[in-house]
Amino acid sequence: MTTVDGRHTIDRAAERLAYKPPEIRHDRQGDLDDKTRIDKAMYNFLKNFNSQTASYLDGCLHCGMCADACHFHVRTDDPRYTPIWKIELFKRTYKRQVGPFAFFYRLLGLKRKVTIDDLQEWQHLLYDSCTVCGRCSLVCPMGIDIAGLVTMARHGMFKAGLVPHELHEVAKRAAETGSPLGITAEKFEDRVEWMADEHEVEIPMDVEQADVLAVMSSIEIQKYPQSIAATAKILNAAGESWTFRTDGFEATNFGLLSGNPDWQKEASMKLINAAVKIGAKTLVLPECGHAYMALRWMGANMYGKPLPFRVLHISEYLAEALNSGKIKVKTVDKSVTYHDPCQVSRRGGATQAARDVIKHLGVDFREMEYGGDYNWCCGGGGGVVTITRADPLRHRVFKLKMDQVEKTEADELLSSCANCRQTFDDGQEHFNWDYTMGSLMEMVAENLEEGRS
Amino acid sequence: MDLLEFARGPALQAAAYILVLGTIWRFVGIVLLKEKPDYSEPRKSGGFPAALKVIYTRSFTAKPFKAATMYPKMMAYVMHIGLFAVLFLFVPHIMFFKGFLGFDWPGLPNSVIFFFGVAAIVSGVALLVRRLTNPVLRLISNFDDYFSWFVTMLPFVTGLLIPVRMGVRFETLLAIHILSVALLLIWLPFGKLGHTFLVFITRGTTGMVFERRGAKT
Repeated sequence: MTTVDGRHTIDRAAERLAYKPPEIRHDRQGDLDDKTRIDKAMYNFLKNFNSQTASYLDGCLHCGMCADACHFHVRTDDPRYTPIWKIELFKRTYKRQVGPFAFFYRLLGLKRKVTIDDLQEWQHLLYDSCTVCGRCSLVCPMGIDIAGLVTMARHGMFKAGLVPHELHEVAKRAAETGSPLGITAEKFEDRVEWMADEHEVEIPMDVEQADVLAVMSSIEIQKYPQSIAATAKILNAAGESWTFRTDGFEATNFGLLSGNPDWQKEASMKLINAAVKIGAKTLVLPECGHAYMALRWMGANMYGKPLPFRVLHISEYLAEALNSGKIKVKTVDKSVTYHDPCQVSRRGGATQAARDVIKHLGVDFREMEYGGDYNWCCGGGGGVVTITRADPLRHRVFKLKMDQVEKTEADELLSSCANCRQTFDDGQEHFNWDYTMGSLMEMVAENLEEGRS
Repeated sequence: MDLLEFARGPALQAAAYILVLGTIWRFVGIVLLKEKPDYSEPRKSGGFPAALKVIYTRSFTAKPFKAATMYPKMMAYVMHIGLFAVLFLFVPHIMFFKGFLGFDWPGLPNSVIFFFGVAAIVSGVALLVRRLTNPVLRLISNFDDYFSWFVTMLPFVTGLLIPVRMGVRFETLLAIHILSVALLLIWLPFGKLGHTFLVFITRGTTGMVFERRGAKT
């Protein structure tokens, strides 16, 4: 692949050479004028500048090593996909407005003012080409958490109405209906009833007092409803006092992904309030990566004080239940490889949990080369999978993942994130690929030792 | 006052003041910004030991990134080691430090220091070539990157020229060398060379935040 001018590429390996300038689509929400958009972006960038972000933004050496860790750069060689370049406007704003030498930068005109064209260009860099997977944060010799900065920079973009339409629409739907896929409480109840009948499993709903509140992601409810039954089978088998709640069932948080802290807080508070209401001791999150980041590591900060219950990802719950003997599983005679959801493993710290579960399943576990914390992202995280215009780029990136999986030659591919799962499903269809992504939780549910379920 | 007296006296002194005040200004400007408390339940204790851990561990490249970052990493290592050796293990430098510290330490033979100095310059040039030719670096580089490179290399070059002489008086060459060091000290707090102290803050912060989560650091 050759870059003509940094943006237009020619695939020299293609059967017929074709020079095709991509259609650049800069999305805008609302009818704000350019000046207001810039002001709003600046103001909401500024709100994120604390001592931690300041040290990060001040510390970059421009060594460029983060480019080698980013799947978008590795697969395209496009220098604009260098992670630290993605936050250039955020960095420039910091240096111009807040940094220790902001006065000199402005006085001498050393840092250019951010323009509307800049913001529009960066929409592609902050959304379409970053899954916030955090691989770049691990290579940085200064230890700068670049992925965390991308999340913050999105706040400015959202408030300026400069989010890719698809992601904005999904986030808006989530704010209006409580679910990014428009799944209402009634629909959730219907799906739960259907799964209870279909799988002949008891599924408690809206119990007033329970130790465990289980929640689901819309992707599972809509696309993988068997996850509902699997969750119920496991919690029943463990003998938990548990429930689903119609007033707090949606685990995904598109406020976080799109960059709207208000919507992020609303979504988190629904779950927190539901758990508090029933006196839950534990909230079990479903197979969803960003849901874990949103509630496990950001939830208490939305609440403004420590949460009065534990937050566990389902893989952590399973590991605890299996390690303590609360549930038991039959040995599965297969070889398995595991795709780590970035927000659960690399950025969430629960890498070991899935491996504990896999050990109990007794499978022939084949860790991917540099699996676990250094795993390549599926390419669909951070809201990227919703952005249709980013599909061609996402598919290029997915090839890295395919290679990583294929090298293991495992019979089965598992993960513990429904968002990764739908990205894999899409990639499978696009490339006509052999591997179908499976769910770790579902494998546990299917192989529970009889008796208690 | 001749050039050497000026370099040794007011120039170096002013540079030292600017270095200290600039560093304090930048440090204070960063740490005084408000930080929100983190109420999430920690998985591990994090804290100061975690900061120290990452300050140390991030000096080394994790295995998955080794092949891709080998060249700049090696060059950066050579440059930093060369800088350390020349600055602290060259006997005349040790004597200079003894002047205001009151104690000294053993140095290395001049020929070895010469080797370190040349190695540092060679690696510096290699890093500059990379910056000028690598598309990523060309895109992200700015004035600070090139000027910081220049003021870092200058003392090496002026220092190595002293024994060469080329018909110039020793005192003049020494004065130029000291002035180049003064320029480095003056620039250090303002640009990317601030990583001399910022590296402890950025790595330390990441250590504390991510270790607390039990996540990879």
